[in-house]
Amino acid sequence: MKPGSFFAVVALAAGLAQSPVTARHASAASVLIRNATVHTMGTAGVLTGTDILVTDGRIAAIGTNVQAPAGAEVIDAAGRPVTPGFFGGVGHLGVEEIGLEPTEGDYALALGQMRPEFDVTLAFNPASVAIGVNRIAGVTFAVLAPTAEAGSGDRPGGTVIAGQGAVITLDGGVVPETRSLFVDLGGGANALSGGSRAAQFMLLEQALLEAHSPERLLPGDERVLTPLGRRTLVALAARPAPFVFDVDRASDIRQVVALARREKLRAVIGGGAEAWEVAGELAAAGIPVILDPLDNLPSSFDKVGATLENAARLHKAGVKIAFSFRDPQGHNVRKLRQAAGNAVAHGLPPDAALVALTRNPAEIFGVSDRAGMLDVGRPADLVLWGGDPLEVTTLAERVFIGGHPVPMRSRQTELRDRYLERLRRGEAR
Amino acid sequence: MKLLTCLLALACALSACASKPEKPEKSGAPSARAPGAEPYPSTYRVPQRPPVLIRSTTVLTGTGARIDAADVLIVDGRISAVGSGLAAPDGAQVIEGQGRWVTPGLIDVHSHLGVYPSPAVQGNDDGNESTDPVTANVWAEHSVWPQDPGFAAALAGGVTTLQILPGSANLIGGRSVVLKNVVSATYQGMKFPGAPQGLKMACGENPKRVYGGKDKFPSTRMGNVAGYRAQWIEAQEYIRDNARYEEKVAGGDKDAEPVKRDLRLDTLAAALNGDIIVHQHCYRADEMATVIDMADEFGYRVSAFHHAAEAYKIANLLAERGVCGAMWADWWGFKMESYDGIEENIAMVDAAPGGCAIVHSDSEEGIQRLNQEAAKAMAHGVKVGFAIAPERAITWITANPAQSLGILERTGTLESGKMADLVVWNSNPFSVYALADLVFIDGALRYDRVHPPAVPDSDFSLGQPVPATGALR
Repeated sequence: MKPGSFFAVVALAAGLAQSPVTARHASAASVLIRNATVHTMGTAGVLTGTDILVTDGRIAAIGTNVQAPAGAEVIDAAGRPVTPGFFGGVGHLGVEEIGLEPTEGDYALALGQMRPEFDVTLAFNPASVAIGVNRIAGVTFAVLAPTAEAGSGDRPGGTVIAGQGAVITLDGGVVPETRSLFVDLGGGANALSGGSRAAQFMLLEQALLEAHSPERLLPGDERVLTPLGRRTLVALAARPAPFVFDVDRASDIRQVVALARREKLRAVIGGGAEAWEVAGELAAAGIPVILDPLDNLPSSFDKVGATLENAARLHKAGVKIAFSFRDPQGHNVRKLRQAAGNAVAHGLPPDAALVALTRNPAEIFGVSDRAGMLDVGRPADLVLWGGDPLEVTTLAERVFIGGHPVPMRSRQTELRDRYLERLRRGEAR
Repeated sequence: MKLLTCLLALACALSACASKPEKPEKSGAPSARAPGAEPYPSTYRVPQRPPVLIRSTTVLTGTGARIDAADVLIVDGRISAVGSGLAAPDGAQVIEGQGRWVTPGLIDVHSHLGVYPSPAVQGNDDGNESTDPVTANVWAEHSVWPQDPGFAAALAGGVTTLQILPGSANLIGGRSVVLKNVVSATYQGMKFPGAPQGLKMACGENPKRVYGGKDKFPSTRMGNVAGYRAQWIEAQEYIRDNARYEEKVAGGDKDAEPVKRDLRLDTLAAALNGDIIVHQHCYRADEMATVIDMADEFGYRVSAFHHAAEAYKIANLLAERGVCGAMWADWWGFKMESYDGIEENIAMVDAAPGGCAIVHSDSEEGIQRLNQEAAKAMAHGVKVGFAIAPERAITWITANPAQSLGILERTGTLESGKMADLVVWNSNPFSVYALADLVFIDGALRYDRVHPPAVPDSDFSLGQPVPATGALR
């Protein structure tokens, strides 16, 4: 690069450098974004040349020629897109500070017992650096979920029921009344079920029987649940809460469809590498699929049918889809919109990809009143993008969560600015 | 019947009519090692193909230039010319490039395809010989399973050359191999003719976790460094002993005892001599600086630090010492030593005067979209004010990895005379929507998105009830 442009860099970075890294909101009473392309994700569709006014944390107006209240910050979007904040998928954001460090991850219960009452959200750390990093990339909500892990050595493993999770917002909240149950199935879960995927359904049936018909249990019967576990399962099934089954093989997905029908469960398929093969059955049963659009290799014999066209085929068949990375680690969920863009490159209509990052996950997990759509009266949860939000060269410019603008700083931008300065001075050594 | 004729013609093109193998630039044999100059040699042959003229396209040359409305001519498997108004030779296949972009074939310096293949079952788990912290005696190519479906997926992403490395469990993991991304029943049929082998070394957490976890040496970073140094000392002695033996023989001493051959020391001696290129997995800035000092102590060169999450902290040092950083666009936090990874890392390494930035994958997913990873790094660099155009960013996944692998003289750019390894993209490759339309390796079309093969190339994928790829009907 030319020396001249190098110095320009540092001037810019230095200007950015001073604000502290915190989730606390800069609090202009009102912000008016003018002349945006507004993707409402609702019945209003896409509105070009449109203004959005945020006042006291709520969307006060969406329209043209909206007047800025006194003291309002006015942003000229110059036609750039505004969308609802993006979904960060299902995973460990907020309970896994560092991968590979057992003391820094709280996502797995491994007592050797089935404990649906395990609620991972009690470990949620709103100050996790990973939350701040992803927030400024336009991710405003996610689902915090536990993961079942097999035992090793003397350590007992978990079971196919990993436990409960819930929706989190990236301003640091767990959304009440959004508990879901997470169940791990398939060959990868054989170590959690005595060695066979067939036993996974057996264990689930027993747990549901115990929960729903405690009167049929006799003293001395072998049980898989604690009293609290029974109460939890009954409450979740009654709400009905999403039961998220992590499962890939088409034949296993069919078993889940049958189980959900028998037990009247609100099933959601997670992973679903071969879901497209049973798309018709899933559509008929109204079971959504949360998939990783980049998951295209037969990494196990549960995923021989994995394809980059999974999203497109499921959408075409009428299945509601949302996106999540298969790897539950939360550090890089900002990449999920890139995965969505790849789904578009492989046949998914662009508007369907945006819906799968916004409205669909909000609906599946019961937060469509606060996330996934833009409408007057709702809390402002939105992102102003530098360009096409699915494009890899586009960055988030402004982010609002729960009505408040997010300072566009994170620990990573602090590191960047410290070392940009040293690089300029020739000290980066 | 028609299909059969085509297949016979293809077989002819690939075997009987094939041109002679390329002469290796180097023997690849370490000077310390006497017998068997090049065992397990490449059997890859450049297939004979008619000339190809790609007309009126946007060319990123890999040398830092962008040429609009240019023609690219391929003759005898080589880049013949890039310019305007090129004439199609007799019998040339003419490809209309309007709206498309042409780049050098992408090169991944860090892949485990074939050694950690799909399906990732125990029977295929061949990437880490994690039974001893030093396994300089092992060669990754002896683990490569050519039927890994990941190779075809990487080809669809425009990858024409890739370095397969042993894993990072060990201080010294073994020799790497550089492959052309072509279909073959054997790894020898994929080996890049004459490409030097690499040596995989690893800093930091992995060796100390793997061996410390077994109550073995090393269990600390200081143990790691002591472990490497002890090996280099032995290798220096091995070189000296072999030299003494050669001197005695040259002096007519018929009773001179040859030094007992040792596979581990063969490799290490070749690394010290520069015949094998050193690639070191290293995240932290302080550890990279230690390794640079260690290379000075023993008189060898490190070609690239892989992963290098903190390369931006020492970008000037790396640039001054001519060491490349091979990095991800945005991975971080999956272990303590990756906690300080930032999205501007690649752009900052690139920005240091003389800096050599590489985008690598270390991933069967990432290798399918190195162009997108480079695009993200470019965007983050531009945001903080670096003037990075696509013609610059493309070097991170073409010329720079070629340089770090010691094959830049032969591939990695679209200069005349180089191997015609190139990709025709359906649009600007620095876009999430861009797809490789055509991929050429040595002038032979190896991937055609619009006309995919009727059956998959990988034997594993063949005959499965459900094809893993295929167009949406």
